Order: sequence, then C-alpha cells, then structure tokens
Amino acid sequence: MPTLIRRLMFYAVTAFVAISMNFFLPHMMPGNPVQAMLAAAGPSLDHRAVAALQAQFGVGTGQSLMSQYWSYWINLLHGDLGISISHSPDTVTTVIGSSLWWTVVLVGTATVLSFIIGTLVGTIVGWRRGSVLDQVLPTATFFQAIPYFFLATVFLYFFAEQLHWFPADFKGYDTNNYVIGWNPGFIGSAVQHAILPALTIVVSSVAGWIVGMRNMMVTTMDEDYVLVAQAKGLPNRRVIYYAARNAVLPSISGFANALSFVVAGSLLTELVFSYPGLGNLLLSAVTNVDYPLIQGIFLIITFAVLAANLLADTVYVLLDPRTRQEA
Amino acid sequence: MSGVVGNKRPAGRPGVRGDVVLEVTGLCVDYGFSEDAVHGVVDATLTLRRGEVLGLAGESGSGKSTLAYAITRLLRAPGVITAGDVRFHGQDGDYDLLAADGETMRQLRWSQLAVVFQSAMNALNPVLTVGSQLTDVLKAHRPDLDRHARRDRAAELLGLVGITSDRLSSFPHELSGGMRQRVMIAMALALEPEVLIMDEPTTALDVVTQREILEELVGLRDRLGFAVLFITHDLSLLIELADTIAVMYAGRVVEYAPATALFRSPRHPYTAGLLNSFPSLHGKRVAMTGIPGSPPDLRHVPAGCPFNPRCRHALDVCRREAPTLLELPSAGRRAASCWLQTEGYIPPEALALPEPTHAGARIVARTGALAADLRNSDPQDPQIEAAGSAL
Repeated sequence: MPTLIRRLMFYAVTAFVAISMNFFLPHMMPGNPVQAMLAAAGPSLDHRAVAALQAQFGVGTGQSLMSQYWSYWINLLHGDLGISISHSPDTVTTVIGSSLWWTVVLVGTATVLSFIIGTLVGTIVGWRRGSVLDQVLPTATFFQAIPYFFLATVFLYFFAEQLHWFPADFKGYDTNNYVIGWNPGFIGSAVQHAILPALTIVVSSVAGWIVGMRNMMVTTMDEDYVLVAQAKGLPNRRVIYYAARNAVLPSISGFANALSFVVAGSLLTELVFSYPGLGNLLLSAVTNVDYPLIQGIFLIITFAVLAANLLADTVYVLLDPRTRQEA
Repeated sequence: MSGVVGNKRPAGRPGVRGDVVLEVTGLCVDYGFSEDAVHGVVDATLTLRRGEVLGLAGESGSGKSTLAYAITRLLRAPGVITAGDVRFHGQDGDYDLLAADGETMRQLRWSQLAVVFQSAMNALNPVLTVGSQLTDVLKAHRPDLDRHARRDRAAELLGLVGITSDRLSSFPHELSGGMRQRVMIAMALALEPEVLIMDEPTTALDVVTQREILEELVGLRDRLGFAVLFITHDLSLLIELADTIAVMYAGRVVEYAPATALFRSPRHPYTAGLLNSFPSLHGKRVAMTGIPGSPPDLRHVPAGCPFNPRCRHALDVCRREAPTLLELPSAGRRAASCWLQTEGYIPPEALALPEPTHAGARIVARTGALAADLRNSDPQDPQIEAAGSAL
C-alpha cells in the first residue's frame, strides 16, 4: 500500500532527526554534563561508571563530535544506551526495561479502557441527544476538571484506607510475598495494585472521549446517509453503527496521541500510588541529574510517539476507505 | 433480470393497478412549536394509486420534501406533524402510518415505502461498501436469506440499473454521481416496495444522465408495478413523466390534476405561471412571462390566498380569505385552490382553457438541452412518437 510506504519513510526520517537531537542536545549544553553528574552522585560513584560517562559524553577522550556521533549510533543499534548514574552499575537499558512494563500495562490498559468506554458512552449520549443521558456530560467533565492529584488522593483515602477494597501498600505489587515473574501470585497481586490507579486515570480522562464522540455523533446524525439508514428500516443498532462508524474517525487520531503519552507515563498517578513506572523513573533521573537515563527515556518516548502515530495511520487507512486513494 | 418481478411478494390479494395505495388527508407539518411555529405543510391531501406516478411540483421551500418526510415519519426536529392522516393500503393490510408503533414502522419502511433521497452524493455511507449497504437492507427485512443469497440479490439489483456486480465491493467515492443515484434506486427496489418516494432524485445530475435514469425508472415501474411519488421543482419534467401532478405553493397543494390536463388547461394562476416559465419545443413562439416576485417567507405568509401578491388576477376576496382545494368538473380527477375557480367567480380565459380530449397522450415539453438529447436517442422510442403525435 503506497500510502503506508510513504508514511513509513516519513517516520524513518522523523526517527533519525529525533535520535540525532537526543545526541546533540546534551553536547550543546553549556558546561560539562559529567561534572554536573559527578557532583550530584557524590564520591560513591564507581570509577568504571565515571570512565563510561566520560566516554559517552566525549569529555577528556579527545574524540571529535562526529566520531562520537558515529559511535553513539553504533551503540544504539546494539541496544547500548550507556550506564545509569543513579542505578550504577546497571545499564540504562536494564533500568528502563524494568520500569517500562509497569507503565505500559497500567497506563496503556487505562488509556485503552478510557477510550473504549468514552467512545461507547459518547455514541449513546449523542444518539439520545436531549434526553436525561445528557447529564453524563457535566458529571464526566467534573471528574476531569478537578485536579488529578486531589482526585487520586481522595480515591486512595476512601477505597484503600477506609474501605480496604484495594491494598494500601504501594510498590506495584506485594513485594514481601511475591517475586516478579509469570506466577499467578505475582500477577494477581499486580492486578490488585493496578486497579485503583487505573480507575483514577479512566475517571479523570474519560470525559474527553465522551464529549468528542458525542459532538461528532450529533454532527454525523444530520448526514443524509443516517436518514437513509432509518428510512431503510434498519434496526436501531445498525443505524447507530452507520453514524458511529463515521463519527469515530476524529477520535482515532486523538487516541493515537493518548497512546503515545502512555510510555511517558502518568507521572502524577505513579507518584500518588508509588508505582514503579517510567514516570517515577524519569523524575528520579532528573533529580539525580542522570543524563544517560534521561536520554534513554526520551529516546523510548520518541519511539513510542512514532509507533503510536504509525498505528493510528494504519488504523485510519483501514477505517476510512477515502484515505486509500492514490494522491 | 425479469425474474425479479413479483417472485418475493407475500401471498395475499394481488395488487390491482389503479387501487389506492397511499392516502394523505389534511396533513399539517410545523417546524417548531407555539406561535413561532412555521407551517411547512398545510392541509395537504394526496392520493397515490398502484402503478401511478404522482408528481409533486413546487419551488424551493414550498413543502414538497417536508411532505415526503412526514409521510414516512422521517421528519427531523423541530419538524412535527400537527394534524392529518396518512394511510397505507398494503397487500397484507391497511396501516395508519402516523399511529403505527416504531417496530411496525421499521418493518414497513423500505419493504413497502422506499425513499430515494435528494443528494445521492450524501445518501450513501462513505465508509461502507456499496455491497454492504445493499445487503444490510435484505438482512434487516428478509432474515430467511443467507449471506450468499443476499449477495446474489444485491448483484441482481445492480444489474437492474445497469451496473456490473464487481461494483459491490466499491466504496461510494469510487462511483460517479449518476452511478450513485442508480445504486440508490437499486437499493430502493431491493424489497420491491409498493411505493417509491423520490425526492429530487436527478437534481444534481446532468440532463443526459437524468434522462437515462428516468427512462430506467419508467421501465422498472412498468415491469415491477410500484407507485412513485416524484418530487421535483421541474414541472416540465413531471409533465412528461407523471400521470398526475400536484402543485404546491407555500406549503399548500394549490392544484391537482392529470398531467396532460394540467399542462393544457391549468386552473390555478400559479400553475399557469410555472407553465409559462419554460419554452415549448414546438408550436408558436410565445414570450416567456414567468411569475413576478418570489415565494413567500413561510414565517410571514400573506393573509388570504398566499399567492395573491404575485397573482395577476387577484381579487379583493383573495387578500381577505384563503381559498380551499375544490374538486373541479373534469374528465379526470382534478382540483384547484383558487377563488377564481369557485362558484360565483368567472376565471380569466387563460385559466378556463378546455381540457385535452385524448388524455392518454404524453406530452414532451423539455428544455433545449434535453431536447438535443432526445433527438439523438432512439427514433423508435415510443415516448417520442407519442409526443410527436400529441403536439
């Protein structure tokens, strides 16, 4: 499909630019990043880590910027992102790898759920425009409007502390009794710990999907083909599908945007629930001036944004036949 | 494709051509409520017979489409039916369409009353294939057909309007305007409805395509025997196509007559004005007069007869009191809503022409562009021959 090949080339160029920026930005900053990191890490830092850092940032090695850039690419292609200062001697890849899945599973599931629930509710509210169901809108918007950390704290207080519906110890799972792995105990515990944070994400973000979908439904329902569907005597379900199938298209690009933010992590959620995800990791990397880790996380976020957009493009082409036309 | 005819009709009393199939009595439609309501249709009465083409003519905003949507109960808010009665006399029983519940209405729609909408461009769902839009009708109304049978029937329907079955997997944007309208007509015929309501079905098309589609329509009507309520602003087209014509003005039916009688001897000054707005291809050259002024704003309809400010023959009574639709003496059934045709008043000569004697003859009175097309088409075309003898 030539449309997709064109898009793929666009993404390759974007990825190249983003990866290069990720290399050049720390090198162009005034001062010496290694000095800054060493100062932050204190004397405890492993001498191998110091050497690795100096190599990575080209401080005191006498290498030219271009040859450093070249070895940066070589390392990157080998999956080598350097050594994390704050988690020394672990490599950045390992550190990110252990946080990434927590975030992807928690925020990813919550985002997908929020999109599905919001779109379905928006479809029905739009279809029944003017009925009592319109009250869903102010209710949902209310939960989106109150500050997230407040909402999360209130949920935490009531559902975990007071009602004990969910565990109130927060490490992503019960660290005392289970080890990470494919065992039912761990998975059960992780799910139990994830429900409340996921719920807060869904509750605080679902209004956007509802409002967007409802408005598109109201517009689409004025289209002639929806009237035709009614005139054809199709069952209501099919008539709603006629409208919703068209109304959902703008939400798809919004969904791709939301997906790309999944990997960046929901910083506030992870903070309130002490969740071991990427958001928390990024925060600690910033406070510890852990440049290799920050760079690594940025790289992962960049890739996630590109991947999500590619996915959206693909889905869009599948859903809207008009985009398949050759330009 | 003649196998289509009648093979899926439900058992029952056979439809006799000429029987009344759709009866609209005193139908009123308002847009909005209370004093601000705009009266879109006022006291409309129409009768549609089996196999008949009933033309509904009028300018934009005269309530033609509103009437059609009201009959099928597809009016969108703020349109409301405030009075009247719509009866459908189907082969399996009589239905009061305005009182029917949602499920009855859903079943009647398309299987008995199909609609071809104004803009074929927007009437097809852009994200679904032509095939799936044809088959979902069958799926909803003919649950006994399996997937394969539905597909075959859809292909057969496209064949009916001269489109090859490989177009089933096309999306609407891949078809031309004329093809989309054919698809819509094929879709409308999917369940062999008794009544086909066509709301300006050819307005967006060029005259050649328009002609082809109308000829197909007439052919299909002759074979399948459905009745057509044909809505258009093009009176000249109706004179050629329709058996009976109703002319609407400001939401009211002002004249109702057999097509030939209406053309030869209009009884309402508005009809006479419309007929004077397009040239005849044959006969004497006459100056086109048209109708002075413009259609009334439905929020401020003039008192008395709504046409009086534009009427050359308006009397005092026309400004005071609205006339009612009165049956007039005629060979066929005709009526007009004009004081001049009421007892005690003498209509001017132009509104009292004698009716044509051989009422069966078709009249061709088309605009120049279509005339060129006519001359290029098959000289054996019976319609054109009939036209030649009539004029």
